[in-house]
Amino acid sequence: MGRSVLLIEDEPNIIEAIRFLLTRDGWEVDTHSDGTDAVEKVRAGRPDLVILDMMLPGRSGMDILRDLRGIDDLKTLPVLMLTARGQARDREMAEKAGVSRFMTKPFSNAEVMTAVRDLVAQASKS
Amino acid sequence: MASLNLLLLVCFGYVALLFGVAFAADRMAAKGRSTWLRSPLVYTLSLSIYCTAWTFYGAVGYAARSGLEFVTIYLGPTLVMVGWWWGLRKLVRIGRSQRITSIADLLSSRYGKSNVLAIGVTILAVIGVTPYISLQLQSITLSFSIFAEADPTRGYHEDSSVIWVAAGLAVFAILFGTRNLDANERHHGVVMAIALEAVVKLVALLAVGIFVVWGLSGGVAGTLARIDASPIGHWRVDGGRWTAITFLAAAAFVCLPRMFQVMVVENDDERHLRTAAWAFPFYLLLMSLFVVPIAAVGLDLMPAWENPDLFVLTVPLSQGREGLAMLSFIGGFSSATSMVIVAAMALSTMLSNHVVMPIWLSSRKQGASQSGDVRKVVLLARRVAIGGIMALGVLYFQLSGGGAALAAIGLISFAGVAQILPALVGGLYWRGATRTGALAGLGIGFAIWLFSLLLPGLGNGLLSSKVMAEGLFGLGWLRPHALFGIEGLDPIVHCVLWSLTLNTMVFCIVSLASFPSPLERLQGAQFVNIYDHSAGPRGWTGSVAQSEDLMVMTQRILGAKDARALFQREAALQGGRGHLPEPTPAFLERLERQLAGSVGAATAHAMIGQIVGGSSVSVQDLLAVADESAQMLEYSSKLEAQSAELSRTAGKLREANEKLTQISLQKDAFLSQVSHELRTPMTSIRAFSEILRDTEGLSQEEKRRYAAIIHDEAVRLTRLLNDLLDLSVLESGQVSLNVSSGPLSQVLDHAVSSALPGDGRALTIHRNREGEEMTLRSDLDRLAQVFINLIANAQKYCDADKPELRIETRVEHDRLLVDFIDNGSGVPVDSQALVFEKFARVGAEKAGGAGLGLAISREIMERLGGDIRYLPGQGGGAFRVVLPGRGKMAAE
Amino acid sequence: MSEGAGEPPGAKVVFLERQSYRRRRLMDAARLLPLLGAGLFLVPLLWPEAEGGPEGEAVTMSSAFLYVFGCWAALIAAAAVFGLSARHWGRSEGMGGQGRD
Repeated sequence: MGRSVLLIEDEPNIIEAIRFLLTRDGWEVDTHSDGTDAVEKVRAGRPDLVILDMMLPGRSGMDILRDLRGIDDLKTLPVLMLTARGQARDREMAEKAGVSRFMTKPFSNAEVMTAVRDLVAQASKS
Repeated sequence: MASLNLLLLVCFGYVALLFGVAFAADRMAAKGRSTWLRSPLVYTLSLSIYCTAWTFYGAVGYAARSGLEFVTIYLGPTLVMVGWWWGLRKLVRIGRSQRITSIADLLSSRYGKSNVLAIGVTILAVIGVTPYISLQLQSITLSFSIFAEADPTRGYHEDSSVIWVAAGLAVFAILFGTRNLDANERHHGVVMAIALEAVVKLVALLAVGIFVVWGLSGGVAGTLARIDASPIGHWRVDGGRWTAITFLAAAAFVCLPRMFQVMVVENDDERHLRTAAWAFPFYLLLMSLFVVPIAAVGLDLMPAWENPDLFVLTVPLSQGREGLAMLSFIGGFSSATSMVIVAAMALSTMLSNHVVMPIWLSSRKQGASQSGDVRKVVLLARRVAIGGIMALGVLYFQLSGGGAALAAIGLISFAGVAQILPALVGGLYWRGATRTGALAGLGIGFAIWLFSLLLPGLGNGLLSSKVMAEGLFGLGWLRPHALFGIEGLDPIVHCVLWSLTLNTMVFCIVSLASFPSPLERLQGAQFVNIYDHSAGPRGWTGSVAQSEDLMVMTQRILGAKDARALFQREAALQGGRGHLPEPTPAFLERLERQLAGSVGAATAHAMIGQIVGGSSVSVQDLLAVADESAQMLEYSSKLEAQSAELSRTAGKLREANEKLTQISLQKDAFLSQVSHELRTPMTSIRAFSEILRDTEGLSQEEKRRYAAIIHDEAVRLTRLLNDLLDLSVLESGQVSLNVSSGPLSQVLDHAVSSALPGDGRALTIHRNREGEEMTLRSDLDRLAQVFINLIANAQKYCDADKPELRIETRVEHDRLLVDFIDNGSGVPVDSQALVFEKFARVGAEKAGGAGLGLAISREIMERLGGDIRYLPGQGGGAFRVVLPGRGKMAAE
Repeated sequence: MSEGAGEPPGAKVVFLERQSYRRRRLMDAARLLPLLGAGLFLVPLLWPEAEGGPEGEAVTMSSAFLYVFGCWAALIAAAAVFGLSARHWGRSEGMGGQGRD
C-alpha cells in the first residue's frame, strides 16, 4: 500500500500545516497550488490520495474532481475535499461528483489524519 | 264666519312665513352658522312629517269609526324609534357613509348599484305614494269646503281648488327642494320649515283637544265618562288588524320615501337618533292624545251625516269658535303641505337620479364630461318630476272620486311602500341577499298589493265586479280579497299577509338560488358590516391626466365653486402640489360618493368609470344604467378589468420576487465569501495550535515559527473583521463624517508612511509636491484610508521588477483629481469592472487582504461626495480619486 | 409607602369596571325596550270583546285608553332615561356601547 499524498491547496499556511502532519505520520506529501493544471499533476504523480481544496485559483476544486472521475483509472482514487465555504449545497454537489470524503475548514488535525488513513486503506482493499 | 277670502289670505300669509323661515335657514346654513339648525330637536320635529293630514283629520275620523285602532299607526313607529339601536342606527350610518340619496338609491347601491332595482323601487314608491299625496290634496280641499259652505259670497268648486292646491304645493316644493343641488341632498331650509309646521300642527291639535276636554266636557273625568257613553265606548278591536297595522306602520315608517329623506338623508348627526328615539314617540303620543276625546265629543255633538274626518274643524265651528277653527285649519294645512313637499322632493330625487339621468346620459353621444351642463338637467328633471307627481295625485283624486275614507287610502299607501321592507332588511343584515332576489320579491309583493288592494280600492271600473267575485280569469283562488281561497279576512290584513309573506319568501329563495355579482358582494359586505369599515374599498385607478376631465365633469354636476373647493381640499389632503389631486382610488371613491349625492350611485359610478376607464364602463355601457342586458355587460367588463388588475399585480409580485431572489443570491454569495475568508485563517490557526499542543519534540525554532503563523493569521482575521464592519457601516450610511481642513500633502504623507512600513517590498513613490500644496476640507482620516489602500495595493500587486508609484494631483473643472499610477502590468481588461466589488481579487497572488479594500474605498468616496475609478490605458495599474469642488479650498 | 401609593388607582379601576358593567347591562335593557313595548301593546288583544258577550263584560274605552297611553308614556319615559344617560356616558367614555353589536 502506497503512502503518497497530493495536496492541492493555495493557502501557504494550510499547506505547511498539512504537510507537517502527514509527513510526521509517514506520508510522502507532494503539493500543488494552482487549479488550472491540477488534473495533469494528478495523472502525472499517481498519488494514493488527493486532498483537494474547493476554492483554487484558476479552476474550482469541484471541476477538478469531476474531471478526475471522468478519467478511467482515476475513478476510484480517494479524494478528500476541503472547503471553507460552509454551504450545505457544496457537500451535495461534491458527493454527486464522486468525492470520497468532504470536510469543512477549520478541521481538527486528527480528523484529517484518520480520514487519510481510512481512505487509503479502503482503496487498497478493494 | 270667516270668509273664504280671509282663509286664502291666511294661507298665503302662512306660506309666506314658511318661505321666510326656509330662506333664512338656507342663508344661515350657507354662512356656516347652522349649529342649532342641526340640533336633535329640529331633527325630531322634521320626523313629524309622518303625521300628515291623515293624522290631523283622519285620526279622529278613524277613531270615530273604529275606536282605538287608529293608535296602531303611531305605535308601529314608536317601536321602531325606541328600537333605533337595532335598525335605524345602521340605516343612518350606511346612508351617511355611502351618501345615499333616497330609498331607491340605498337598494340600488346595496345590490351592486343596480339601476333596474332603483327604477323598480322608484316606480313602486311613486305608485304607492300617489294615493297618499292625493289624500293630502283631498283633505285640504275638504277643509276649504267646510269654510266655503258657510260663506255664501263666493262659489266654490272642489275640482278646481284641488288643482290650485296642487299647483301651489308644487311651486313651494320646487322652490325649496330643487333650488340647490347639494352633494349631500340636505335641505336646511325645507327641514326648518317642516320643523315649524310640526310645531304648528301639534299646537293646533292640542288646542282643539284642550277645548274639547276642558271647554266642552268639564275636565278629564267628564271626558272619560263621555267617551264611555259614546258609540265607541267599549274596547272593540280586530286582533288581526291591530297587529297587522302596527307592523305595517312600522314598516312604512322606515320605507316611505319622505321618511327616508328626513330620517336618513337629512340627518346631520347619528347621535340625533338617540334623542329622537324618545322625543319623536312623545310627539306622536301628544298628537294622538286628544283624538279619542275629540271623536267621542264630535259623535255626541255633531249630526250623524257630518264627516267625522273633519271633526277637528267642525266641532270648534259648531261652537262658534272661529279663531280655534282657523288655527285648526292652519294645523291641517301644515300637515298636508309638509308631507307633500318632502314626498315630492324625495320622489323627484329618485325619478331624476334613477330614471331621467340614465336615459339622458345614454341618449348623449359624447361622454359625461363633454356633454352640456348636467346640473341644469338634473334640476330641470326634478322640477318636472315634482310637477308630474302632483299631477298624478290630482289624477288619483279624481279617479277615486275623493270619496273613500282618509284612513283607508293611507293604509293602501302604507301596504304598497312596505313591499320594500324585505329587500331593505335583507340587504342590511344578510350578505347573501342578491339583486335578483330583491327584484323578484319586490315584484311579487308589488303585484299582489296592486291586485288585492290598490285596484279594488280605486273602485268603479278598474276591476270589474266579476273579477272581484269570481277571481282573475274566473279562477276562484285569484279573487282579490280571497287569494288562494282564504276568505273572511279584512282586506288590509289579507293583502299584508299575502304580499309580505310571498315577497319575503320569494326574496329569500331567489337570493339563495342566485349568485351575486362581484360588485354586489362587495357592497353587501360593506352594508352588512358597516360598523367594521365605514370607509369602503371599491377600486378605482386612474392616471394624472384624468384629473382634469374629472374636474370638468364634477363642475358640471356640482357647480364650479363647489367642484373647485372639493378638488382643492382633496389636493391638500394628498399633500398638495398643484390644485388638482392625483386620481388615487381613495379620492375617486370620495368623488363618486359626492357625485352620487347629485345624480345617484349608479350614474355616478358610470360617469367616473367612463373617464377613469380601466375599472369599468365603456362609452356605450352608459346605456347599462338603464337596461338589464347592458348591466350584465358592465359587470363582465368589470370582471375583465379586475382580472387585468390581478395579472398586473401578479406581474409586480413576480418582479419583486425576482428582485428578492437576486438580492438573496447576492447575499448568499457574499456570505459564503465571508465564510471562506474567515475560515481560511481559522484553519491555519487551529491546525498550528493543535500541532503546538499535540506534537512532542518540536524544536524551539519550529515552535516560534508556528506561533508566528498563528499570530499572523489572527491579525489577518482581525483585519478582515474590521474591514467587514467598516464596510457595513459605510453601506448602511450610518457613518458620521469627521470633516476638517488640512493640506493635501499632509494627508498623502500620512498615507505613504502608514502604507509602507519598513519591512515590505520596496516601492518607489514619485510625488509632485507643488501640486499638493492646497488645503482640503473633507474627512481627512477617511480620505487617508483610501490613499493607504491604493498605495498598499500598488505595493502588493505591482509586478514590475522595480515597482514605482506616481501620485499626480491636479484640479479640473473645479474638482480635485488624485491619480495613483504604478508601473506594473495593471488590472486585466476583463477584471477592471470587478475590482471595486467585494472580495474581488485579481490574479493568483495571496496578498493577505480579503479583497474588501477597494470596495471600502469606493464607499468612502461616495460618502465624501467624490468618486474613485480605474484608469485604463496608463501603462500600469492606475486609480483616480476624484474629490468634489466643495471638498477643497482655493490653492494657497 | 409604595403600597399606599399603589392602592387607590387599583380601587379606582375596580370601581370603573363595575360602572361600565352596569352601563353595558343598561344598554342591554334599552335594546330590549321595543320587545317590551310590543308585548305590552299586544295585551289588549286578550281582553274580552264588546261584540261577543253582553256590554257589561267588555272593557270600557276609558280604561283601554288609559292602559294604551299609560304603557306608551312609560315606554317613552324609559327610552328617554336611557337616551339621556347614554348621552351622559358618551361624554365620559366616548359613545358607550358603540363598539360591538
